[in-house]
Amino acid sequence: MTNTERFSLSMRLFHWGMAALVFAMLTAGLLMVASLDGWQLTVLTAHKVFGVIAVLLVSARLINRLRQAIPALPDDLSHWQKMSARVSHWLLYGLLFAMPVSGYLMQYFAARPIDVFGWFRLPAALNVDIYTYALFRELHSVFAIALICLIALHIGAALHHHIIRKDKVLKSML
Amino acid sequence: MKKLIWALLLTPMVGLAADEPVNVTAQQFVDLQQGNAVYPGFRRAHAKGICVSGEFRSNGQLSDYSKAPVFQSGATPFTGRLSIAGNNPTAPDLKAPVRSLALSFSISSTEQWRLAMNTPPVMAVADPHTFYQQILAIQAGPAAIKQFFSEHPESKEFLAWAAQYKASGSFASETYNSINAFYLINHNGKRQAVRWAMQPTVTVATTDAQDVDALQNEIANRVVAGNVVFDWVFTLADAADDENNATKAWPDSRQKITAGQIVINNTTAQLEGGCHAINFDPLVLPTGIEATADPILRARSSAYAESYRRRATEQLTGALKEPEND
Ligand code: HEM
Ligand code: HEM
Ligand code: HEM
Repeated sequence: MTNTERFSLSMRLFHWGMAALVFAMLTAGLLMVASLDGWQLTVLTAHKVFGVIAVLLVSARLINRLRQAIPALPDDLSHWQKMSARVSHWLLYGLLFAMPVSGYLMQYFAARPIDVFGWFRLPAALNVDIYTYALFRELHSVFAIALICLIALHIGAALHHHIIRKDKVLKSML
Repeated sequence: MKKLIWALLLTPMVGLAADEPVNVTAQQFVDLQQGNAVYPGFRRAHAKGICVSGEFRSNGQLSDYSKAPVFQSGATPFTGRLSIAGNNPTAPDLKAPVRSLALSFSISSTEQWRLAMNTPPVMAVADPHTFYQQILAIQAGPAAIKQFFSEHPESKEFLAWAAQYKASGSFASETYNSINAFYLINHNGKRQAVRWAMQPTVTVATTDAQDVDALQNEIANRVVAGNVVFDWVFTLADAADDENNATKAWPDSRQKITAGQIVINNTTAQLEGGCHAINFDPLVLPTGIEATADPILRARSSAYAESYRRRATEQLTGALKEPEND
């Protein structure tokens, strides 16, 4: 495909920056929905703002990705292994969009504007639509579970390449 | 902004530290509230209610304290809900110990304000985990609740209120309290802790009506005959008052400001009106009003969200059935 050995610096920065953000977002989401404690409101507010930032980041990342060459997968991978690597990466991108979009729409239809650091607010519906709220509320959870499973697979695969196959896949992202 | 970044990065740690046995989750709390008899599609607390609508007529008196546009002089429409405490949407109105008023001001696409108020002026306990124990004690019976209150001296003011409280014959003649304190933020960024009460403008004697819907029927008829009006009275804390403790009332001598009147001019059955779809989460606040750190207030958002999620999803999947009166 190409002769680059590593992902470009911008792609590596996006990858690790977003990996940290998504890890924090998932953790914050899972803890805040269960918590009755004082920090819940602060974390909820942060979750929404950084979720909106995530959708901006992933858009920029995708544009950046489509404009650059990426390292070819090792030749000794079978056809289906290469396919599943590609499919899983596009699924990851898909979920990185689906998470924030479902989160925002859930708030939109519950008529809850989103406060951005006290600077301005993102709009919401004037009147609640409880059915559409329910749909996006449940989708936000379903996508979160799918994302968690896929990230686990993804990390597993990266470690498999590095430790078992001893190829350059993990190093290409470092 | 810095605070938010730290909050996001530090949540994983909070999770690891938050393993004290007394802590309950939002899910456990709502499980306890809904009890064994689940009414699909209905609120897990304050399940029985009636939609109301009308307007807030602001006199402008509070506009020096809060930049929220609702406090400029003029009228702002609201959708509201009068309800009784409990998980049962068919419960007899007059048996409930607590009556409530909730309001939603849908001001613009970026400004919303939800309020949920109850008849007691204070809570019996100061945090959600102890509140959970209180509800357990109530469910266990009179001996357990007596024991609970004796172990919780902070419930003294609540008990004194309960001892003298006489439920009236109408939703229109009750006082509805914010209980929790909030901050008003004015144009100069100055912060003032307040509590508020919707004070009735009529008195209605206690009734011995047998009708399970006595209060709903009474208010529906009353509104047909004329507007139901409350004075919206704010109490301003001074430096000696603790805005984060919902078990302690502030002294009567504190400055009070009447911001205007809440005027109810319409009622609708809850499944037909616009109020059923709304989650009256008191932490949905407009610019000019902020949450205090009161642990009871802070606990409400996630519990309301859990109840809302359950009933909204039940409604989406068609599980909501209008229960028969029995
Ligand atoms: C990368 C983006 C995001 C991730 C990974 C994420 C993840 C999560 C997770 C894991 C939960 C817990 C779900 C559950 O236990 O059912 C959650 C809840 C929530 N998320 Fe997100 N989220 C993201 C973006 C957003 C955005 C952009 C918003 C809104 C603007 C949002 C609003 C919410 C809300 C309000 C809840 C709590 C819902 C409730 O209490 O009922 N999220 N999120
Ligand atoms: C410790 C955790 C992680 C490791 C070790 C890791 C490792 C890697 C590696 C080695 C690649 C390159 C695969 C290739 O050569 O095709 C990659 C790609 C990718 N990773 Fe991760 N990753 C981690 C976490 C995450 C997380 C949390 C996300 C989601 C937010 C993520 C999203 C992606 C995406 C979308 C790609 C495809 C990049 C592209 O082709 O544009 N990764 N990761
Ligand atoms: C830790 C404390 C509290 C918890 C966990 C709690 C929990 C709940 C829940 C789960 C609901 C149902 C929400 C829905 O499905 O829409 C509810 C409704 C309500 N709560 Fe609370 N609550 C608390 C404290 C208070 C306080 C202090 C007040 C009064 C000042 C209050 C007033 C109300 C009212 C009026 C409603 C009904 C709102 C409506 O008409 O929809 N609650 N509460």
